Amino acid sequence: MAKGVRPRVKVPKTADAGDTITIKTLISHKMESGQRKDSDGNVIPRSIINNFVVTFNGETVIDVVMEPAISTNPYFEFEAKVPESGEFKFVWHDDDGSVYEETKKIEAA
Amino acid sequence: MDFTRRETMAIGAAAGLAAVLPMPALASATDDLINEFTGGADVAEGGVELDAPEIAENGNTVPIEVSAEGAEAIMVLAAGNPTPPVATFKFGPLAGAHRAKTRIRLAGTQDVVAVAKMADGSFAKTSKTVKVTIGGCGG
Repeated sequence: MAKGVRPRVKVPKTADAGDTITIKTLISHKMESGQRKDSDGNVIPRSIINNFVVTFNGETVIDVVMEPAISTNPYFEFEAKVPESGEFKFVWHDDDGSVYEETKKIEAA
Repeated sequence: MDFTRRETMAIGAAAGLAAVLPMPALASATDDLINEFTGGADVAEGGVELDAPEIAENGNTVPIEVSAEGAEAIMVLAAGNPTPPVATFKFGPLAGAHRAKTRIRLAGTQDVVAVAKMADGSFAKTSKTVKVTIGGCGG
């Protein structure tokens, strides 16, 4: 597991039912591209987060396949519909098999 | 050395051709990826929006935004990177708008390409040139 991985997610606490909200996510991760070399000239092996999935009450909002060209500390901003109260689930999949998860509840009025 | 008008035109045309010719060779890796994504279907120009800065000072984090009305998926490619694929966004039933923002790495000045797969099975494409002052691939 890569060190110092910390997901951060910004979701409004409340929304009107059926509204569209903007969600911002950032996860601290080195995203080693596999292109860089260390001081001895050896290639540093690739170590990135390769997949990011957001679901709301089990239904997919967005599913991102990530490649080494995504910057360090991957940031995503996107929009989601909120049909009812529930829970957003954010899942990041690391190259090394680790899975980072975060959940956020939202009240729909 | 004097050129007749006809000779001048011929030289101009040859120079133009030489400038155009290397392009398909460079773009082939990107084209292959687009073909893989579309399954060989026709790709229309436009219909996708790609927002990227004209000049990015630091190629390590270049903010981009893609959006396409009614898209099922959008693939982003950086034609001049050592590995052109950047990301593929797949939108689920609860996606509020088919729009996403992220930050990408660019090795140098190059074209960024966005290809969208529409819900009706058609494909659309757009590209934008980004000038990069400092490349973002280490080395």
